[in-house]
Amino acid sequence: MAEYLVLIYEDEAAWESPGPGTVEEMMKGHQIFGERHASAIRGGNALLATSTATSLRRDAAGGFVVTDGPFAETKEALGGYYLIEAADLDEALALAKQVPAPFGGVEVRPIRVFD
Amino acid sequence: MKAGGGHVNAAVESAVADAHRREWAFVLATTVRVTGDIDVAEECVQDAYARALATWPTTGIPVKPAAWLTTVARRRAIDVARRASTHGRALPLLVERVGSSMAEATGPPDVTDDRLRLIFTCCHPALATDAQVALTLRLVGGLSTAEVARAFLVRETTMAARITRAKKKIAAARIPYRVPPVEELPARTDAALNVVHLIYTTGHTAPVGVDLVRPDLVERALDLARMLRALLPGDAEVAGLLALVLLTDARSAGRLGDDGRLVLLADQDRSRWDDAAIREGAALVRGALQGRKPGRFALMAAIAAVHSQAPSWEATDWAEIVGLYDLLVRVWPSPVVALNRAVALGLAHGPAVGLAALDTLAVEPLLATYSYLAAARADFLRRLGRVDEAGAAYEEGLLLSENDVERAFLADRLAQVKS
Repeated sequence: MAEYLVLIYEDEAAWESPGPGTVEEMMKGHQIFGERHASAIRGGNALLATSTATSLRRDAAGGFVVTDGPFAETKEALGGYYLIEAADLDEALALAKQVPAPFGGVEVRPIRVFD
Repeated sequence: MKAGGGHVNAAVESAVADAHRREWAFVLATTVRVTGDIDVAEECVQDAYARALATWPTTGIPVKPAAWLTTVARRRAIDVARRASTHGRALPLLVERVGSSMAEATGPPDVTDDRLRLIFTCCHPALATDAQVALTLRLVGGLSTAEVARAFLVRETTMAARITRAKKKIAAARIPYRVPPVEELPARTDAALNVVHLIYTTGHTAPVGVDLVRPDLVERALDLARMLRALLPGDAEVAGLLALVLLTDARSAGRLGDDGRLVLLADQDRSRWDDAAIREGAALVRGALQGRKPGRFALMAAIAAVHSQAPSWEATDWAEIVGLYDLLVRVWPSPVVALNRAVALGLAHGPAVGLAALDTLAVEPLLATYSYLAAARADFLRRLGRVDEAGAAYEEGLLLSENDVERAFLADRLAQVKS
């Protein structure tokens, strides 16, 4: 077995004015996903919008530059994640396909194992 | 190795080369299951071929070279595995195991599935298409990295990096070495067919360079298509792809004139076409079309079959071709298919109809830099007697084409309409 992080990337602008029932549908979708795959899910969270993010970069003087906003500005931003366990990539992708992400998609990344 | 005499060594070399081309995938695919590591398996198989070159001159060429090579490679793989077992590999390939690999290595190998496993791993959709193509040529086709690099006109270091990166992803992301379950099989088979088709089209009309055709790639694509057909005999799209390659390649002798210039289908000497390949392809098409909903490759092959069996360009059943394109555009709505359909319409109903159909495609961004659109427009304009517009369209085609043989053809036509 291996662990994968399923990163949910969606258009934040679309979530600012979702259609009627969209939020409820999304919540329901996550609830169903969580129940159906409880044995494979190791963790997961939703994140607040990138407008609440703070980024830190090292500067030449050895200190930090603190900026308001996400590390990289993209149309689709990281909005949540699941940590899942799967036998292989095919199984991980099959799970990831069921993660609700109506305004974007997901990225599947294997978790690095240090021996 | 003087002992056997020059002709014996020549016979051995040719037997080894033949076994390399025919049996590489068989030997490697089986060895991968023992090693659980693609790189180690490749080394063991290369070692087996080297040993064949060294020992066959004295022992004689075995009756079943593939079995000999597989035994040697698997034995070597078991040695390597024993020595490596104390360290343990960080990223073993995810080989579906019935028992332990050691037990499998001594039992009868599941040969058919092994080659399919290898193909489906190389053509996994989680790999980029260019990586799928490179891995398939290297691991299934047995080409060296240098040969794959040459085929795609990239530097060897670039290709080596591409292959290494893909192998790393297979191990790190745990792309499994197995045949996908039934519900995923059609999509995954389609991905594999795509890779073989891409190898074929790259060989059939080299996108850049001085040669129109790269026979080495065409042959590899035909080998791969035949292998898939043998492994998945019930799949209509697999039959369609093999038919398409056979039927298109059957005409290759007519495509180049004695002076190396491109000869259009309309002007080809059809007696130079390969009748045996056409018969084989046409028979496959008939089978492939029997399904309820023919797929992309079956339909493309059916179109090729109509061309291949027509006695002349004029006597071609254009209505049938238009009908097949109508079906194809529905299962494969690509701008290039729409372009070919427009050309067929023009040939069925006259250049004015064809030109009108082509003009609706002018807004298609994917065709804006495609030399065939300009060339097809030029041809219909020429036949309508609109020579100035035809000249401008040929010039546009010349600007867009990067294949020297194709450019020479367009330059010829341009000179004709200007005179």
